[in-house]
Amino acid sequence: MSLSARVRIPAAARAGEVIEIRTLVSHPMETGFRVDSFGRRVPRNILTRFSCHYAGREIVTMDLRPGIAANPYLAFRFVADVSGPVELRWEGDQGEVLTEGGHIEVTGA
Amino acid sequence: MRRWLLTALLLGSAVSAEHAERQSGYALLGDELRALQDDDFANPGMLWVDAGERLWSQAAGPDGRSCQDCHGDPTSLRGLANRLPRFDADSERLKNLDTLVRNCREQRQQAAALPHESEDLLALTTLIAHQSRGLPLDVTVDGAASAAFEQGRASFERRRGQLDLSCADCHERLQGARLRGETISAGMINGFPLYRLTWEGLGSRQRMIRWCNEAVRAEPMNPDSQGALALELYLAWRGRGLTLETPAVRR
Repeated sequence: MSLSARVRIPAAARAGEVIEIRTLVSHPMETGFRVDSFGRRVPRNILTRFSCHYAGREIVTMDLRPGIAANPYLAFRFVADVSGPVELRWEGDQGEVLTEGGHIEVTGA
Repeated sequence: MRRWLLTALLLGSAVSAEHAERQSGYALLGDELRALQDDDFANPGMLWVDAGERLWSQAAGPDGRSCQDCHGDPTSLRGLANRLPRFDADSERLKNLDTLVRNCREQRQQAAALPHESEDLLALTTLIAHQSRGLPLDVTVDGAASAAFEQGRASFERRRGQLDLSCADCHERLQGARLRGETISAGMINGFPLYRLTWEGLGSRQRMIRWCNEAVRAEPMNPDSQGALALELYLAWRGRGLTLETPAVRR
């Protein structure tokens, strides 16, 4: 399937609230260790890096490895302190880049 | 003799259940996989539902028509997938969800055929079956469909392959027994198309039937053949009343 993502980014939060971003992305995550029915090595094709920027700061980065199953689900929590954009970015072996974004509106001090 | 030995091996110390229970494969899942299936965000099968929604409104063929143009919203097809396969009186053939989508694609849209188990076909069939989630399997097996139904029942009972096992040997008579690390399921098809961790992807009912045939080292069936569809009809009848779970998650 073509590279696509499901993301859930809260639209609003109170200052200091712990919020969660959930992501699910379609990707084969081919390990590179398997052979096909003709005995040929199937080339590695995985997502190698994930990052999340929130209000201009990098808050999460992750190096992905061949041991991660197809269609990786990633979720993480952090403290919402200021309003700002969220940018999620996946990078893969074949040079593919997928970005998804959102905006979190933080109210109260 | 060989078959008896194998049956004894499969049985282990478990007791044979003579009468199969209509039990969704969901009952055999651990807590984590149940949670995964129940979570409409994290369920990986929902990636195909999303893809299906994108395809639904995408024009194809010389007239540039999309599924949306004829059928409207996908919700209009609620109550379809749980009644399939069905016997089509005009062509005197059984049709399952794959047949219907493929026919629509080739004859109505006059677009390029969607191969079996292709991502696009799975996306559309999963989207359509997902609309009927929660509805009970309810196929028609009398009247014009009765001959096909009996063919399917006979196929279910027929021993096949190098292991000389029938579907019923395992999924009825040994249901609930252990096969190495696995509990033998009731062989219900109410979750398809479903996300199977073994496949790291989605598969149709016919893919599972093919997988089963290969597991007993039998020749796989052609998914378009009336024999394969008759077996699917019988399987759907066996699970009558179970609710559709598409997209289910299984090991």
